[in-house]
Amino acid sequence: MSLHQFLLEPITCHAWNRDRTQIAISPNNHEVHIYQKSGNQWVKSHELKEHNGHITGIDWAPKSDRIVTCGADRNAYVWSLKDGVWKPTLVILRINRAATFVKWSPLENKFAVGSGARLISVCYFESDNDWWVSKHIKKPIRSTVLSLDWHPNNVLLAAGSCDFKCRVFSAYIKEVEEKPGPTPWGSKMPFGAVLAEFGGAGGGGWVHSVSFSSSGNRLAWVSHDSTVTVVDGTKGSTPSQLKTEFLPLLSVLFISENSVVAAGHDCCPMLFRCDDGGSLTFVSKLDLPKASITRNISAMERFRNMDKRATTEDRNTALETLHQNSITQVSIYEGDQSDCRKFCTTGIDGAMTIWDFKLSSHCDLKKVECN
Amino acid sequence: MSKNTVSNRFRTVDVDEYDENKFVDEEDGGENQLGPDEAEVDSLIRQGNLMEALQAVLKNPPINTKNQNVKDCAEGLVLKVLSAFKSSDVDKGVQSLDKNGVDLLMKYIYKGFETPSDNSSAVLLQWHEKALSAGGLGCIVRVLTARKTV
Repeated sequence: MSLHQFLLEPITCHAWNRDRTQIAISPNNHEVHIYQKSGNQWVKSHELKEHNGHITGIDWAPKSDRIVTCGADRNAYVWSLKDGVWKPTLVILRINRAATFVKWSPLENKFAVGSGARLISVCYFESDNDWWVSKHIKKPIRSTVLSLDWHPNNVLLAAGSCDFKCRVFSAYIKEVEEKPGPTPWGSKMPFGAVLAEFGGAGGGGWVHSVSFSSSGNRLAWVSHDSTVTVVDGTKGSTPSQLKTEFLPLLSVLFISENSVVAAGHDCCPMLFRCDDGGSLTFVSKLDLPKASITRNISAMERFRNMDKRATTEDRNTALETLHQNSITQVSIYEGDQSDCRKFCTTGIDGAMTIWDFKLSSHCDLKKVECN
Repeated sequence: MSKNTVSNRFRTVDVDEYDENKFVDEEDGGENQLGPDEAEVDSLIRQGNLMEALQAVLKNPPINTKNQNVKDCAEGLVLKVLSAFKSSDVDKGVQSLDKNGVDLLMKYIYKGFETPSDNSSAVLLQWHEKALSAGGLGCIVRVLTARKTV
């Protein structure tokens, strides 16, 4: 694990470029900062200032090298690098509330924006008019859309929202793509059709994050009632829910077809396993704290504590986990969704940590290596 | 100062009711939920079979019903069972429950906190401690986020 503290401000969201040499983060304000890796340090190389409100989502398209950002100012911008400068193009989303999340589709010809206006804006580039056009998915979403994930077929879109439901929509845009073949989620996919809907029914909490597996057959989501749920589209539509004893998780990611990593308010990434029968089990927390050595504090430290913190005791207020505050986003650092070797987390403490692990053939987690 | 002579009844109008985008929870048929069986639970308490009484009182929770009486009855019954336990047996009682049972117990505990009576808070706090160690913070989060509760 290697932790890098960017600033003291929370990192709202982050996105990596294709070869992981650059990271775009938003330090909880109107700007996006792009940092370039040089040796062991991260050096700020660009500042993207165009939004008028807090940035709520960033996504970096690996192949076409374009960044899309969305913010609380109800706008989204697509940024392209021209002569070493990132130039923005405004996308008219036609929403009357803040945008909350943005994601490029796998083929990078469209992106979807979730918003507080209770709709999803799917945007594609119309080359005749040379601008981005948006189409809305409204029904039956009844509250803010918190999270989106694309299915590998570039058409299906999973959305988690504050109306306690996780849904799979079709975002098929006939102008930019061919009709998709049938999938376990359904075969008729006109734009905006709801192919599956899960959740609600009295229980449940806001669905903070959704993730498709690399095959697209499995869908996982985490919700505010401290549960993780996985549903396998090929095995009927009964989701397998795990009620955890942790604080709610905020971000979830498939790292192989059978394993899911999630992190949230407990400041610690956790590993879950989804077996072939479709049932979900908790494997372990991935942040194994080093045994703290209790030692007598020197007189100098005592006076320093008295000065800085007005206390004479050796009361350590730091958390045992690496992250000192909630983790808001988990992303793949090395590998892909079918076989991830390293993943990255950012959180409200302004730190970015890269986690390294190796999965044995039994899919049991070997001890997390520290480098 | 001028006196307001026009009606100000408009100030008591709940404007949120008229919002067409207002979120309405799904209605789950709750008419048949009668709560735990009072006779059964009472007899088990009298017999001294407190473990069974605990299992019995956590059956049929009146979660979806709109009848407040049923909910109050159920809560009273649960409190009776919880108070009948000896302090040393509370732990065993909690261990005998499955995950959903612990969640449901926690819901009743918090409901009980809302209307404290003579000794109820002390008993409930004991149960709360044991239920917390079994269910973790997630259990309490589920009580707070539940749209419909006992």
